[in-house]
Amino acid sequence: MTLGIEVNKLQLRYGSFTALHDLTFKLDGGKIYGLLGRNGSGKTSLLSILASFRLQSAGSVSIGGEAPFENAKMMEQVCFIQESGHMNEGFSVRDALSLAASCWPNWDDAYAAKLVKLYDLPLKKRATTLSRGMKSALGVTIGLASRAPVTIFDESYLGMDAPSRYTFYEQLLNDYMEHPRTIILSTHLIEEVASLFEEVLIIDKGRLIVHEETESIRTKGRAVTGPAEAVDRFAQGKTVFGEQKLGRTKSVTVFGELDDAACERAISEGLELGPVSLQDLFVHMTKRKGDEQ
Amino acid sequence: MFDDRSPIYQQIADKIKEDIISGVLLEDEQVMSTNQYAAFYRINPATAAKGFQLLTDEGILYKKRGIGMFVSGEARQSLLAQRRDVFFEEVVDKMLAEADKIGVPVGDIIKRIESVKGRDEA
Repeated sequence: MTLGIEVNKLQLRYGSFTALHDLTFKLDGGKIYGLLGRNGSGKTSLLSILASFRLQSAGSVSIGGEAPFENAKMMEQVCFIQESGHMNEGFSVRDALSLAASCWPNWDDAYAAKLVKLYDLPLKKRATTLSRGMKSALGVTIGLASRAPVTIFDESYLGMDAPSRYTFYEQLLNDYMEHPRTIILSTHLIEEVASLFEEVLIIDKGRLIVHEETESIRTKGRAVTGPAEAVDRFAQGKTVFGEQKLGRTKSVTVFGELDDAACERAISEGLELGPVSLQDLFVHMTKRKGDEQ
Repeated sequence: MFDDRSPIYQQIADKIKEDIISGVLLEDEQVMSTNQYAAFYRINPATAAKGFQLLTDEGILYKKRGIGMFVSGEARQSLLAQRRDVFFEEVVDKMLAEADKIGVPVGDIIKRIESVKGRDEA
């Protein structure tokens, strides 16, 4: 079973500060989603609402057609792994795992044991005394073994070294293929995981600015360099980022529908068209004035 | 493994085409599943499936219900024909344009081709 998510005009205010402005989107069940945003953009606020850790100020959320907040039936369908993890004082790793096993009905003990071994997790040690990387490994183990129909990882890799992160990506992908479910990953390490995402959502200052298939984002972005007038002609009707000039040469990043004929014409006019990675596009789209100095 | 020049599904399709042309994948042979491709290249299985769909639409692969994807009987011949079609445009015409730009006479190119060919045949 996979569960879809629908968010409609979602708002979250903390006093006079609005963390989320009118977010509206729909996630089909059974896909891997990437949630990208700069620090303080509202990612964790959004994910906390989806996981019913927090109640929105306005708007609605439905998971599999039901509102998740204070809904016991939904709680066991959603697993939310936060960056530092909420560990009970005095709990051993073993206790944390058995607590998790009792929370999520799809929990797979054998898979949890396999991950404990892969990450070398010390079962008897108190969870609060683990290193940051080991805490993350415990979080990832719980998130994966929960097999919850909606599993959310909010920067769950913090403190993990590169081999541990790659183990996470590999386990996530393989287990997802065997047990399809809705997975949302928020991350700053875009290049490492971009190829795992079927769709990407980018939020900036509490607003949703992109929700697209990852593959279509790749086809829409281009780095364009050449004579200024030709660059401007090509960029017409597209969103333009990161304009730079060197003499009569101009360079921009464009985002929009591109047809092959227009691209060929551009090349024949002496323009260079280069690819733009998801990470570069993200940087351009979320740039602020203060970043340019 | 992949670059940003084209969508990953396109690059998956290109790799499979290359394997068919070079004979690594034979006609009527079963192709690895989309999940196997996804696990191997560490990509989303929907991306791999999109690459397979592209090849099915082009008639390079065909589906046997409940078994998997197979290489079409004429796949290699049609891929070779496609490659030959674009060879002059993509390789020869581009070379001639570059030669013209930097002032290499066509006669020199022909001489060069003949000498390389002669060396290979000797």
